[in-house]
Amino acid sequence: MANGNPEGRTAAALPGTGPAAAPASARRGLLRDVRHLALFTGKRLLALFLTVVVGVYLTIIIANMGGQVDELRMAQIQSEVAEQVRGDPAFHDLDSEERQELMQRQIDLEVERLRLDEPFIWRSFDYLRQAIFLDLGRAEEMHSDAGSRQVYNIIVERLPATLLLFGTANLLVFFVSVFAALSLSRRYGSRVDQGVIALAPSSAAPGWFYGIFLILIFAFIWPLLPSGGMVAVPPPEDPWAYAASVIRHMALPVGAMFISQIFISIYSWRTFFLIHSSEDYVEMARAKGLPDHLVEQRYILRPTLSPIVTSFLLMLIGLWSGAIILEQVFNWPGLGTLLFEAIGHRDTPVIIGSVVIFAYLLAATVFLLDFLYAILDPRVRIDGGSQ
Amino acid sequence: MTSWLEGLARLRKYPSAVAGLLLIALLIATAIYAVTAIPYSEAQKLWRGGDAWQDLPVNAGPAWIDRLHGGEAARTVRASSDDATIREDAFEGVRVQETVLELDFEYGGFPSEVNLFLNSDFESRQPFVRLTWRTPDGEELFLGARRVGATERVSISQDQRLEGRLGYPPQVGLFTDTPPGTSEPAVRQGTYELVIETVQFEEQASLEADLVIYGQVHGLFGTDHQRRDLTVALLWGTPVALAFGLLAAVGTTVTTLIIAAAGVWYGGWVDATIQRLTEVNIILPLLPILVMIGTLYSTSIWLMLGVVVVLGIFSAGIKMYRAMLLPVRQSPYIEAARAYGASNARIILRYMVPRILPVLIPTFVTLIPTYVFLEASLAVLGLGDPVLPTWGKVLHDAQAQSALYHGFYYWVIGPAAMLMVTGLGFAMLGFALDRIFNPRLRSA
Repeated sequence: MANGNPEGRTAAALPGTGPAAAPASARRGLLRDVRHLALFTGKRLLALFLTVVVGVYLTIIIANMGGQVDELRMAQIQSEVAEQVRGDPAFHDLDSEERQELMQRQIDLEVERLRLDEPFIWRSFDYLRQAIFLDLGRAEEMHSDAGSRQVYNIIVERLPATLLLFGTANLLVFFVSVFAALSLSRRYGSRVDQGVIALAPSSAAPGWFYGIFLILIFAFIWPLLPSGGMVAVPPPEDPWAYAASVIRHMALPVGAMFISQIFISIYSWRTFFLIHSSEDYVEMARAKGLPDHLVEQRYILRPTLSPIVTSFLLMLIGLWSGAIILEQVFNWPGLGTLLFEAIGHRDTPVIIGSVVIFAYLLAATVFLLDFLYAILDPRVRIDGGSQ
Repeated sequence: MTSWLEGLARLRKYPSAVAGLLLIALLIATAIYAVTAIPYSEAQKLWRGGDAWQDLPVNAGPAWIDRLHGGEAARTVRASSDDATIREDAFEGVRVQETVLELDFEYGGFPSEVNLFLNSDFESRQPFVRLTWRTPDGEELFLGARRVGATERVSISQDQRLEGRLGYPPQVGLFTDTPPGTSEPAVRQGTYELVIETVQFEEQASLEADLVIYGQVHGLFGTDHQRRDLTVALLWGTPVALAFGLLAAVGTTVTTLIIAAAGVWYGGWVDATIQRLTEVNIILPLLPILVMIGTLYSTSIWLMLGVVVVLGIFSAGIKMYRAMLLPVRQSPYIEAARAYGASNARIILRYMVPRILPVLIPTFVTLIPTYVFLEASLAVLGLGDPVLPTWGKVLHDAQAQSALYHGFYYWVIGPAAMLMVTGLGFAMLGFALDRIFNPRLRSA
């Protein structure tokens, strides 16, 4: 997240690599834009960081409301100490009473070291610091495929799979629906248009719901595609074959998300474009005799881009949550399946860690779209976002 | 108020709205029927499983689907010693009873299982039984002899030795006259008899016997792996889903609206706090938090409902309502209300909130299925309410038992269809309402 700032600068500076003979005033304008953009980005980063801190802190409070985390830690300490004492040959001659005493002493030491004897409110800040720096602790039962017990490693291992699946599906839905909506808004009232309106309620069901049917139809009734997983077992050696296998496995989950999102997206954007294409300036452009595609690109799409981006953000946020079950249904080895497995093992550190990671993902989404918004919306660029 | 009624009257012009209303009416009728036919405590008890279902087959599909296909799959047939003739001979110190359980087997398919339940009320000496199977042609087959405890379950279809003698699994071998190893076994229809010869060692002791020939199909919706009739879950899932969806939708929309109105009215730091809280809340991932709470505390549906409402209060909707309410704040009628000395609460609740309620109605209606699916999602993850039967829990069981892999499609399709009907009903109504109550969309 921290390197969002320089990236922003380069992205905004790209249009500036125009002809060197550009007038000085244009360059000044560009500099001003970049400065405002940087200021805006900085402000948003700070604000989002604060929201993440508050969000994660709330998560910690919720997680520890009944002293659950403390109890778990106590149990862990006790078992570790007992193991240590029993395993150490130096203590073998002690009788049970002395051994108990020794164990108790070590437990007390450990409790003091971890400050479990202090009130929760002090320690909660400690947990917060750890969580913010993604020091998520050790898992109780689970381990990553590489064998690590660190919650951070377990989660990071699963992240690419989730990003791949959801990135693909979201981008697909986004572009298909925007362009379909544009063409529908031109032919509104037609059969296709009415069909889309009639189909829009189908989006009431989440992706995993359609996933069940897709699996039923395409994996069991006509076994064309695999019913779950990410690659064939054993994974193909050749990178192209590997990619092909991943794509085959992605087809059904992406299809499920696509079906559940596409009609509502087309519907809402079609309505949106319809409202905007009846604005006076659009009528004016039409009256001037501008070709349709120019009217679309310059007079409809350009001013509506920032609201489009905002609704894309809201859709993304919704999809992150739906991800958990979709992944579970398709046995996709991502964050959602991880969370599901963690529920099965009652592995609290992993569950809390996943919530923290999800919070970061959402914050990153919000930031990315804020940033796009800033580039797209001239008001932010010119006024420095001081609304 | 009149504009609302007009709007509702206009609903009739939208076929999708009428269809949606019909679906909702159907669901409400189902919910009322479920609650009256099976009381709450009864539903909980039934869904816990156990003896109540011992007469039902495991994983049987719905009977009507089989009949539609023209199949003749077996249904469950029972024969009880209560209806049987008992012949008794008394000897010195012992009595010998002969009970003949008769049953007509007229199906084209083999049963899935054969169990014999024996109940005996002896005091100290267990009775001894000898079981003989008699086919319609009069052939006799010895099924074994054993001592009987107070309650005994004889799983005839799992008798390995019998399977060895018959050359088929017993539930097939007992009902066919095709010799093993030749061709596909064919069912021999007719009247079968199970002869139970009991040796009682006590004066007063008696023996009750129930023979259950389990079918391959059962009822409207089939049964699951614990022999539970899915009808119970599908029926009772309806009121649970509707209640959850409705309460969550009411709880979140109404509080959100009031808070947005309060923020707009008071402005300043109140508004700023609400805005910041909303931003924090957007970052909190709802489902993972629900999962966390379900794992750490309790999966009670009412706790989940509470959390959903609390987390839904500061939802993204606040920003939308705020944008709508800002111009309302400046309108003359609010000024008039202030002039006559209306309190802040009165202005917010009586003047500002009702103004944008019509816009809220479509959102509200479309929110209901979202929450219904949320509850189902939690249940699919294994965090369903521990005692109540819900659609999501049925889906979870089906998933856990690899229903699709084993070909038990009905197990998934039943609850999924119920969810779909709920989703479609409310969404269709909601979309129509949206076009009626949002004037900007009306022309479109």
